[in-house]
Formats: sequence, structure tokens, C-alpha cells
Amino acid sequence: MGEVLVLVEAADGSVKKVTTELLTLARTVGEPSAVWIGPGYTDAAGAVLGEFGAAKVYVADGAQYTDHPIAPKAELLAKLVADLSPVAVLVPSSAEGKEVAARLAVRTNSGIITDAIGLTADLVATQSIFGGSTVVQSKVSSGTPIITVRPNSTAPEASAGAAARVDVSVDLSDAATKATVTGRAAAQKGGRPELTEAAIVVSGGRGVGAAEGFGVVEALADALGAAVGASRAATDAGWYPHTFQVGQTGKTVSPQLYIANGISGAIQHRAGMQTSKLIVAVNKDAEAPMFELADFGVVGDLFTVLPQLTDEVTKRKA
Amino acid sequence: MKIAVCVKQVPDSWAEKKLRDGDAILDRAAVEGVMNELDEYAVEEALKIVEANGSGEVIVVSMGPDRAAEAVRKALSMGADAGIHLADAGLEGSDAVATSYALAKVIDGRGFDLVLFGSESTDARMSVVPAMVAERLGLAQLTFANKVEVAGGSVTIDRVSDNGVETITAALPAVVSVVEKINEPRYPSFKGIMAAKKKPVETLSAADAGLDAGQVGLAAAWSKVDSFAARPPKAAGVVVQDEGNGGIAIADFLAAQKIL
Ligand SMILES: Cc1cc2nc3c(=O)[nH]c(=O)nc-3n(C[C@H](O)[C@H](O)[C@H](O)COP(=O)(O)OP(=O)(O)OC[C@H]3O[C@@H](n4cnc5c(N)ncnc54)[C@H](O)[C@@H]3O)c2cc1C
Ligand SMILES: Nc1ncnc2c1ncn2[C@@H]1O[C@H](COP(=O)(O)O)[C@@H](O)[C@H]1O
Repeated sequence: MGEVLVLVEAADGSVKKVTTELLTLARTVGEPSAVWIGPGYTDAAGAVLGEFGAAKVYVADGAQYTDHPIAPKAELLAKLVADLSPVAVLVPSSAEGKEVAARLAVRTNSGIITDAIGLTADLVATQSIFGGSTVVQSKVSSGTPIITVRPNSTAPEASAGAAARVDVSVDLSDAATKATVTGRAAAQKGGRPELTEAAIVVSGGRGVGAAEGFGVVEALADALGAAVGASRAATDAGWYPHTFQVGQTGKTVSPQLYIANGISGAIQHRAGMQTSKLIVAVNKDAEAPMFELADFGVVGDLFTVLPQLTDEVTKRKA
Repeated sequence: MKIAVCVKQVPDSWAEKKLRDGDAILDRAAVEGVMNELDEYAVEEALKIVEANGSGEVIVVSMGPDRAAEAVRKALSMGADAGIHLADAGLEGSDAVATSYALAKVIDGRGFDLVLFGSESTDARMSVVPAMVAERLGLAQLTFANKVEVAGGSVTIDRVSDNGVETITAALPAVVSVVEKINEPRYPSFKGIMAAKKKPVETLSAADAGLDAGQVGLAAAWSKVDSFAARPPKAAGVVVQDEGNGGIAIADFLAAQKIL
């Protein structure tokens, strides 16, 4: 079986769920090896990668891979592609992942498919395009297939791998170090699941009315163990941080359940949540376009509907 | 300060988009074309940088069919100085890798200090072309900026990343892409629209741009659509009026769906 490289995405040293999904998907194609690029690799991280089937873990430890954005990761991966001739490279479909994949494609003269939601053993990728209205099967026809995969595309399944550590490095080109990260401000994180990875997302829009209004949205999210999202109207107003924006220019989410509260359903918002498996909408306006997408909708005031729902969820879960 | 801004003509966001039977290319003729709205922010930012700098030139670059000239004119009517339109039947069906090759060829050697992009095209939604062009030109990549500062021969941006905000800096020349939070694009004034008619637009064929015909177009695409299908229409949902038990109704729905 051919080797499949999976770029690891981690936050604060721990492997993100999307990585375990990619390792699971990679096993249908070949034998997965994880690639960890940047400082902070630990045995604990290696153990998680092994649990989901990584035979090897290539570790490129070093600040140069994160002090300069994007390009160094692409150059390291390009070296591995040249040395190992993998059957494919799978990368998480985050903003950074897609850019790393983009540069890797150019460097290795390979085709690239972004935002895959499924992958067959012979590397046919499924994509959902045009706001979910069309489903496409595509294949890379040149070089090493480089495929970015959306979070929540598959359920992670454990399967033991040796996760043998192999240290790797690359001499970075001058071009790769031209841009330098001089500061970082981490987004505040609550105890909630990560937005793109959450099984349930509860979102608020302009209808929430104020920053304090997000209290009812967060209470419901916490009762359901969900992540909180927001429309651009809510993030632009400063009621909720930008990192939680869902939509065209925010995050794309595809949870089991998306609950849109006080969100009208503009095309740019839909672009980020339309492929959710189930959609529930709460809106005062019966004409809101969000209801066209909803599997279940309530025409009503979110400040009465949400607290009642939260109580009900808490009761039924007890 | 010489700035290139790459703009793409895309189908209007609200228009229903379809792939053509046969070659599975987006049917652009069937829908109204507009400038990719995210590229308007790039044009605005370029104009602002030149205004702040006191002097400079903004050149719009677009690759697309004949009618993509409309997107170039729109940018000129906002205030850009000149346009370059790469139009050639042989470019139709180019994938992102080929698009980046063609754009890089057009941009290279013209002495740009900055090459600006939108963060994503609303039709392809890949967000990869700026990174690819930076890779091809060997320029610094500063993408997803919600703030751009150009001073003393270098550029500094705030990148909105998945985990927060990163400040990134590089010496010019550099590639920058901007997100929609960065500014409020101006509307073209009547004067601007009239002036745009007289501004120079260089129309290039693939040969004019020195492109290797084997590297562009559908035949050269390195990823290919095998098949596509319209998603089966979703069954219409249920919408109820809240009469005091809306929250309970949702809970019942979630229970029926085995989520509760
Ligand atoms: C380039 C560009 C990119 C964009 N990117 C994004 C993006 O990534 N994400 C995004 O979300 N938007 C994006 N937008 C903005 C988008 O077009 C809409 O303006 C935005 O989504 C509207 O947010 P909203 O639904 O919260 O607000 P509105 O459209 O104002 O809707 C508010 C809704 O709340 C309802 N409401 C009010 N009070 C209550 C109440 N008490 N109870 C229940 N319902 C109530 C109202 O009936 C209304 O339907 C983008 C726009 C542009 C131009
Ligand atoms: N055909 C094109 N002509 C000019 N610019 C383009 C073209 N395609 C993409 N771009 C630029 O690249 C950005 C990202 O596009 P994409 O990678 O397709 O999402 C866009 O916002 C444009 O600035």
C-alpha cells in the first residue's frame, strides 16, 4: 500500500479532531503517515496520531516553520513528496491548510482539489459546490494528488499505527522567509468545541440585538455541548469576535445541526452553513430566507424561544 | 508605488450557477457577471495606499473571457489608472494552478511593488490563487489581511487566522490578499465612470503574454471533474408560529431526529 501524507493541524500542542478524520480517510487510500511541522511536538501528540493509524510521524521541529507563514510548510512537504513519492497528500481545509496546499501544488507540479467532503480508494474526491446545490466528483490527473478535506467530512475511527517518529528538515529558500510573523493575538476560547469541528453550532445574528444578547445563544450552546457562531452583522457590530463569523468570509461549517437565531439568511451567510445536515431557524420574520433552508423553523422572538428550548434540553438530558 | 490588483469576473452571487453538460465548466454565459465582490476591497485598498502615499499607480489585472472587461472597467471607474485584460479562448477551463501561472506571467517584470488580491473568488471559493502567485513569483506572501500598512519600503498586515490575529511584515515587493473587514469600497461616481472610458486597457492574448499553450485551458487542467449532479432537492421543512411553546416544538423536533 502506498504512503499517504497527512498534514497535522494542532492547537496548543494537541492534535485537532480534523487530523484524526484525515488519518481515517487516508486509510481508505493507503498507509497514512502524519507530518508535524513546527515546534511543540510531544509524545502525547504522537500517541493520538498512532491511535488513528499513523504508521510514521515525520516531525519538522523548528521555529522557522511558524515564524514565517505558509511557505516553509509547503517547502517541507514538497521535500517529503520528492523523497517519498506518496500516493497523495491530505491537508485540512482551513485557510492556512488551503494556502499550504496551494503552494505545494505549484512546487510539485501537481493538481489540487480543495474542500473535499469525501474520498474513494482510487482518489476520487467529492465536493459540494455552488452553496451545496451541486455535488461534483473530481480527480487529480497530474503529479501527486493534493487534496484539502473539510472538517466533519468523516467520523474518526481508531486503528492502531506505530507512529514511529522520523525527524525531517528542509533548507528553506530565501523566498520562503521573506514574510515574518512579528506578533500573535490568540482568539479568546471558551470551553466550547471548535467552530469548524463541532457537531452542533448555535449561531446568532443581528436579531440578538447586543453583545449581552448572545447570553441566550451561549446558554443554548452550552446545554447542547455546541459551538457558538455569528453572522457578519453580529461580528461587525462588535457583539461577538470575528473568529466566530460563519459564511463566505468567515468559517465554513458542516455540523450535524445548525441553529440560526435572528439571522436573515443572506447568501454570504448561507455559503458557510448550507451543507449542515439539519438546519433549525428562529426568526421573528416569517419571510426570512433562512426558513427556505430550514428543516424546522419557529417564527418567534428568540428571547422567548431560546430560553425555553434551553430549559427543555437541560430537562431532557438530565 | 506601483500596485497591481487582480480582479475576477464571477457570476452574480444570487444567480443560480450550473456546470455545463459535456465539459463540466461553469456556465458563465448563462448568468450575469459582476466583479468578484471580495476583489472590490482589494481595489479600494490599493486606491487608499496610493492616496496615503501621495503618488502611485494602480493597475487592474484580470484573466477571463471578453466580457470580463466589464470588471476591469468597474475597477477603473472606482479610480484605478489602467487595466490589463488577459483574454484568450485557449484559457477557458483553466484550473487554479494554470490561472496562477497566467497571472504570474502577466505580472512578472512590470515592476510592481505590491500585488493585491481578494481573499476568495465567490464562484471557485478556493482561496488559493494569491498563495500560488506568491510562490511562482518568489515574493513574500501576506494574505487574509484586515489591515495593511505600507511604509518605508515594507508592508505590514494583520492576518485573520483560524486562531486569532497574526501580524506579518515583509519588505516590498510583496503579494497581499485582503478580507472584507478591511474597508468600505467606494461606489464609482458618475465622473469616475466617464473617466474610466478613456483609461488605457491592454488586452493580451495568451501568446502576447508569453504563455505556453500546453499549460493553460481545460486540456491542461490538473484536476478534472469526473461527474457532477444537482443535489437532490431537500424536502421542504416545517415552519411553525411560536404560540408560547416554540422552544418545546424545537426540542420535540430534535428528539425525533435523535439529537436529544
Ligand atoms: C463581501 C461580503 C462578504 C460577506 N460575508 C459574510 C459572512 O461571511 N457571513 C455573514 O453572515 N454575512 C456576510 N456578509 C453579510 C451578509 O450579506 C448579511 O448582511 C449578513 O449575513 C446579515 O446578518 P444577519 O442575518 O445577522 O442580519 P439581518 O440580515 O439584519 O437579519 C437579522 C434577522 O434577525 C431577525 N430578528 C430581529 N430581532 C429578532 C428577535 N428578537 N428574534 C428573532 N429574530 C429576530 C430579523 O427578522 C432578521 O431576519 C457579507 C457581505 C459581503 C458584501
Ligand atoms: N481569473 C482571474 N483573474 C484575476 N484575478 C483572479 C482570477 N482568479 C482569481 N483571481 C484572484 O485571486 C483571488 C482568489 O481566488 P480563488 O483562489 O479562486 O478563490 C481572487 O479574489 C482574485 O483576486
